[in-house]
Amino acid sequence: MTRRPGPAAAVLALATLLAAFAGVRFGPVAFTGEEFLSILLGGGDPLDRFFVLELRLPRVVLGLLVGGGLALAGAVFQALLRNPLAEPYILGISGGAAAGAVGVLALGLAGAASWYLPGAAFAGALLAIALVFGVAASADRRLDVRVLLLSGVVVGAFFSAVIALVLALSDAPTVRGAVMWMMGSLSGASWRTVGIVAAYTVPAGLFLLALARPLNLMAIGEDTASYLGTNVEGTKRIAYGVASLVAAAGVAFVGVIGFVGLVVPHGVRLVVGPDHRILLPLSALAGGGFLVLADLGARTVFAPTEIPIGVITAFVGVPFFLLLLRRSLRA
Amino acid sequence: MRLQGKNLTVRYPGAPHPSLEAVSLDVAPGTLYAVLGPNGSGKSTLMRALLGTVPLETGEVKIDGLPLEAWRRRDLAQAVGAVTQHESAAFPIGVRELVAMGRYPHLGTLRAPGDRDRELVEAAMIRCDVDHMADRDVGTLSGGEHQRVRIARALAQDPRALILDEPTASLDIRHEMEILRLLRHSADQGITVLLITHHLDLAARFADRLLLLGCGRLAAEGSPAEVFRAEVLEAVYGWPVEVLVDERTGAPRVIPLS
Repeated sequence: MTRRPGPAAAVLALATLLAAFAGVRFGPVAFTGEEFLSILLGGGDPLDRFFVLELRLPRVVLGLLVGGGLALAGAVFQALLRNPLAEPYILGISGGAAAGAVGVLALGLAGAASWYLPGAAFAGALLAIALVFGVAASADRRLDVRVLLLSGVVVGAFFSAVIALVLALSDAPTVRGAVMWMMGSLSGASWRTVGIVAAYTVPAGLFLLALARPLNLMAIGEDTASYLGTNVEGTKRIAYGVASLVAAAGVAFVGVIGFVGLVVPHGVRLVVGPDHRILLPLSALAGGGFLVLADLGARTVFAPTEIPIGVITAFVGVPFFLLLLRRSLRA
Repeated sequence: MRLQGKNLTVRYPGAPHPSLEAVSLDVAPGTLYAVLGPNGSGKSTLMRALLGTVPLETGEVKIDGLPLEAWRRRDLAQAVGAVTQHESAAFPIGVRELVAMGRYPHLGTLRAPGDRDRELVEAAMIRCDVDHMADRDVGTLSGGEHQRVRIARALAQDPRALILDEPTASLDIRHEMEILRLLRHSADQGITVLLITHHLDLAARFADRLLLLGCGRLAAEGSPAEVFRAEVLEAVYGWPVEVLVDERTGAPRVIPLS
């Protein structure tokens, strides 16, 4: 059971770096190595420069941030809720965000100002978080994680019904736009969105990394965590709140990207073990790299048509995860 | 380290009767203090009350003379090691990793474990005879092995007091005797030990004082000879018994009659 995380960390860091490079280097518009090098060195055709430095690079950075944030939030939720099925969206966050986004799309306001869509999605996610938290905290002065999980699922179901109602009353293009949004895409990336998401994700992520030891204890059990020095109620509230915000910030700008938050932490845990001091940073790294690769696939596989990134994360993530699971069961 | 509870009453939400009613106890430093009583008599609730993981309806707990509320959770964990009855990790974890968590209260959020931390973890594993399974997954252990691992974690805390809830419930004779001798030895070294157990004879043999709970109330308290009276035990357990004195150990023994 004692594992050495060094090699795994080195391989992951290298893979993420390569993924980021590939994400900038490749896309529907092809460059020769020479052209690409001159762009990086500050030369090249202005339009080409725009493609690489203003479209692809922020897209890759946003992918790293959102993928890393989702995987980190997933790892935190799995420990906090003591449930391997927990992921960032199980607490109704995606449902709330999607309801907000679909509302804006149905009202035809998405084009009116660039921040309407992410703003509404973020507001929807916050509403869902507040609802779920309110229900789970009112049962007792303590926060019951089972109630948290249940109320999350129920709140999510409610927002799904809201979305279904709105879509049923909308015209076909709106429905298509809503479905595409809900499957997730990094196509809205710009340096401005990168800035906003980074302002949330980086400090929140660092904070969550510092919760590694309390989370190790929470995964053992709440009473034991308490007897080993953890402020259990405080840890639950702050970790739930911060991890939810990280997920909400991501989902607001890129839509619902399933699977990263569920599968990446499990995959990393199977390789490096359950210690969150290692699991959390490596999950963030792997989640970022995975999403950047998935986005590269989304842009290039059916180019020039871009497919939803959620399709890629599931198509690649499912077999990979099943393979990893099988290997770990045999070992 | 002194553990005191005064007039402790605990009522779980929705329960008609309190699970613990007006129980007081005073555990002097360096004593091995056993808490006895039938199933559901409030033993585990008393442990949770003393450790502040269940809200009190009445009463107050003092640890080292200081009210429990004045203790920071982390300071308390540096001073008191606790072993609960059950525990199940949400994800697979190794024996050494689990025992090493006993050092968390001393390390805080960020500090890395040092040589002394590692020594304490290895020593605790040796004392509980789990060092040979250090690299195994806790999920593959037997019930008794898992209990010994969790006792080792409490020892790794290097505490001044230990509170253990039926720590020997699944242990074989040898390991049960080893753990009881370990607890006796710890008490002789000045560590306060509060032991919840169903093993009346072993409690009478190893403990300095006993507390007998019945239906959440204090039924008897005192030395083993004072508490082990047939009429008291019969009333609390609802079964006829005879109390003898074991010639070999000099401690009272309980024989359930048929």
